[in-house]
Amino acid sequence: MIAVAAFAAPIGLAAGTGVAREAAAKAPPAYAPPPEASRFIDGPGVQLTQRYCLTCHSADYVSSQPPHMPPSFWQGEVNKMRANYGATIPDDAAKAIADYLAATYAEPSAGRK
Amino acid sequence: MALDTAHRRGVITGAAALLAAGAARGAEPVVTLPFGNGERPVRTYPEKRPMLVLTERPPQLETPFEVFDHGAFTPNDAFFVRYHLAGTPPRGLDAATFRLKVAGAVDKPLDLGLADLRRDFPATEIAAVNECSGNGRGFSNPRVAGGQLGEGMMGNALWRGVSVKALLERAGAKASAHAVEFNGADRPQTTVPDFVKGLGIDHARNGDVMVAYEMNGAPLPLLNGYPLKLIVPGYYGTYWVKHLSDITVLEQESQSFWMQKSYRIPDNDCACTPPGTPATSTRPIGKLNVRSFITNFTDGQTTKALPRAPVRGVAFDGGSGIAAVDLSTDGGRTWAPAALGQDHGRYSFREWVAHAPLPKGEHQLVARARNKAGEAQPMQASWNQSAYMRNVADVVRVTAA
Repeated sequence: MIAVAAFAAPIGLAAGTGVAREAAAKAPPAYAPPPEASRFIDGPGVQLTQRYCLTCHSADYVSSQPPHMPPSFWQGEVNKMRANYGATIPDDAAKAIADYLAATYAEPSAGRK
Repeated sequence: MALDTAHRRGVITGAAALLAAGAARGAEPVVTLPFGNGERPVRTYPEKRPMLVLTERPPQLETPFEVFDHGAFTPNDAFFVRYHLAGTPPRGLDAATFRLKVAGAVDKPLDLGLADLRRDFPATEIAAVNECSGNGRGFSNPRVAGGQLGEGMMGNALWRGVSVKALLERAGAKASAHAVEFNGADRPQTTVPDFVKGLGIDHARNGDVMVAYEMNGAPLPLLNGYPLKLIVPGYYGTYWVKHLSDITVLEQESQSFWMQKSYRIPDNDCACTPPGTPATSTRPIGKLNVRSFITNFTDGQTTKALPRAPVRGVAFDGGSGIAAVDLSTDGGRTWAPAALGQDHGRYSFREWVAHAPLPKGEHQLVARARNKAGEAQPMQASWNQSAYMRNVADVVRVTAA
């Protein structure tokens, strides 16, 4: 049976070795992730969006949301960030950000800047 | 979705095509998951092979799906990553100074180093699947907000460490103990609530819940929780707290935001609501739904016509164990049982393989697992507003030629 035959040497066999014991005591390498590359698409309200949203997450959290969502979806997301996650966005800025998101991210975001 | 433009698992473009064109430098491969805004750059993070980047900050990395076709265990460098807080992973964790504290409603609080855990407590090992609560969220119909995951936010590993039961026995949990909270060394850098999870006291000390210091025979990658990770076999990944630093015994249920407000499912048998409608009452998410995947074909693929074509994959559930996987080649009208691979324990991926006739033409392959509690994958996806616990039977369309 193919699936079983392919699994002749379980990874777990290494678990009992002295090598693993030694390795486990070592610190991991310094953490150097790829530089943050995603950006909000330019448009009216982008600066407020950068200011308040980038505090907690990168722009790709927004650009990967579903396309073709109504303004209520984006208003709901801004409200969720304020009510649930403590984002300190003033009312007028929250409206401007929701308007920006609805206007900018209703279309698919791939390839746009 | 057009079959000729997108596989269900995603189409990789960029590097390969550009290499062929002689323009490799500066090009970044991209996997396009087959839903709107499904483009994911493929990048290499510390201790990881190239992974699909869902979000850069906090890091959320998805396992390339083809990895699941290469055995029941998911290599550490391919294991998915999901964080919630800015400033993650925590920097500067030092194996020599890292401490795990056990406190709260106990007689003797513990303050343990990594060497203490290895020296003073019996080691325990368990193979268990860690699956993100929202694995497959991008396929939800109608779609919902949140991390737009494909189906690679899962993995199976052999975890080695110390049972929480042994720790609580050493600490002497008081008779009034009701629940246990788990916190990690990643602390909020912003207003987002600290990522703390809770389990009932009986669950926490069932002997299976453990603090892992090894994953597949090696230290945990930083992005998977180095140096210690809570393992909650059979439960969704939200409970598997990374960089575990604090175990606190409580005399009431956890009041953490991440228990009371987040990661909650409709409080009914199906954990579902009519599409587009919110739940009226909720409960914390819990056990993994039974699920299976076909791993050696991708949707839309052309394959060689064969009288007995191997179709294989993996199946798992919340700890009953897999009883059977059935395969259909005609969209679910007729079924034949698959053979199950080696049993690595009731919380593990279970490999399966079937040999199906694939004559020339189009075929809809469908895999459907059933667990030992009699629960089977549904043929129609259910819906909830967070797109948690997706487990609709896996359909892969192939053309045999």
